[in-house]
Amino acid sequence: MVKLNAKTLHNEEYFYGHKACGGCGESLALRHAMKVLGPDTFAALPAGCMAAVSFIYPNMAFTTNAMITPFAATGAVASGMAAGLEALGIEGTQTIGIAGDGGTADIGFQALSGAIDRNDDIIYLATDNEAYMNTGIQKSGLTPYGTRTTTSPAGKNLPGSIRQKKNMFEIVAAHGISYAATASVGYLEDFLMKMAKAKAVKGTSYIHVFVPCPTGWGYPAQQTVSLAKAAVDSGLWYLAEYEAGEFKLNRNPKSFTPAADYLLAQSRFKHLTPEDISRIEAQRDAKWEIMRRKWLG
Amino acid sequence: MKRPQVKSWEYPRRVQDFPLGSTCDSDHLVSINAGWRTFRPVIDHDRCIDCLKCFLVCPDGAIDKSGPLLAVDYDFCKGCGICAHECPVKAIEMIKEVK
Repeated sequence: MVKLNAKTLHNEEYFYGHKACGGCGESLALRHAMKVLGPDTFAALPAGCMAAVSFIYPNMAFTTNAMITPFAATGAVASGMAAGLEALGIEGTQTIGIAGDGGTADIGFQALSGAIDRNDDIIYLATDNEAYMNTGIQKSGLTPYGTRTTTSPAGKNLPGSIRQKKNMFEIVAAHGISYAATASVGYLEDFLMKMAKAKAVKGTSYIHVFVPCPTGWGYPAQQTVSLAKAAVDSGLWYLAEYEAGEFKLNRNPKSFTPAADYLLAQSRFKHLTPEDISRIEAQRDAKWEIMRRKWLG
Repeated sequence: MKRPQVKSWEYPRRVQDFPLGSTCDSDHLVSINAGWRTFRPVIDHDRCIDCLKCFLVCPDGAIDKSGPLLAVDYDFCKGCGICAHECPVKAIEMIKEVK
């Protein structure tokens, strides 16, 4: 497989002219996903930022086929599109379902689970910006501990969201999926390589990409990529793969950068006390202890 | 510049003007995003080392690498500044737009 990077990546754009906020990490992930998959791609997107910014009548930011699905049905619609293409005998295409964190971990979960169970030949791209951003920053199942959102306000009694992120990657892997991976727009070459792998896999593949949101997280727009990198370097996000029944940690840093540097750069975490931050670091260390013990073998 | 272009478009006026099925094809842009921009990225080609990092990190794909020099599509650049922030040799300057 040719190594994908800025030099080897082609110059064509298949997701262009969209109306996402300046510095949107999610649109960066979509742009590269579509670049890897190519012009013969059929995309299914539920309600969410990416559907809202691409299909503003009469604008259409995808240069490929794409449609908006009911919120809960990304996996089912993508399965249907793949089945339709097969029935029509159209070969050499790729079907992708693209949903946010709420559309994946909460609302669209059963359709995703069903698609993996049927092992339909689709890619499911979960773009995780850790809250329902399109409707105005509400807490989702992938919002981490201590996040201030409009439905998990921070105050005297609570530090914002009090639950940790659902382990979507492990939940998906537990289905015995053909290929699953986590990625980050802070490590774009790694994300491109995982998209290319998912494209080559016959059967369902799932990519969970971590995408900062300047509007919902409250940071200057130019920091999107560096913040995504900081999340991985501080151990609050991880790069891993699940293939042929085996987990693999792609990045296992010897030491983490301080979580406070990453957290306090964003207004959604500004209220955190040193005790809250130590609690977040303890949760992080507990997760890494399990991942290293189970996945490094 | 090899980037999708804005197309001219007339809104259907009567019900019978609407086609059956999709109203328009994919890759259908009728308005630009330049008005969103407060700061404009300007590439200093003498300092640029052609590492293409800016091309990679642009959420809008507004940096075109097909020509001899990198070119910014100012119709669709929103001025977020990620390119300037990530540039390893600081060859991109964000200059305030004057209206």
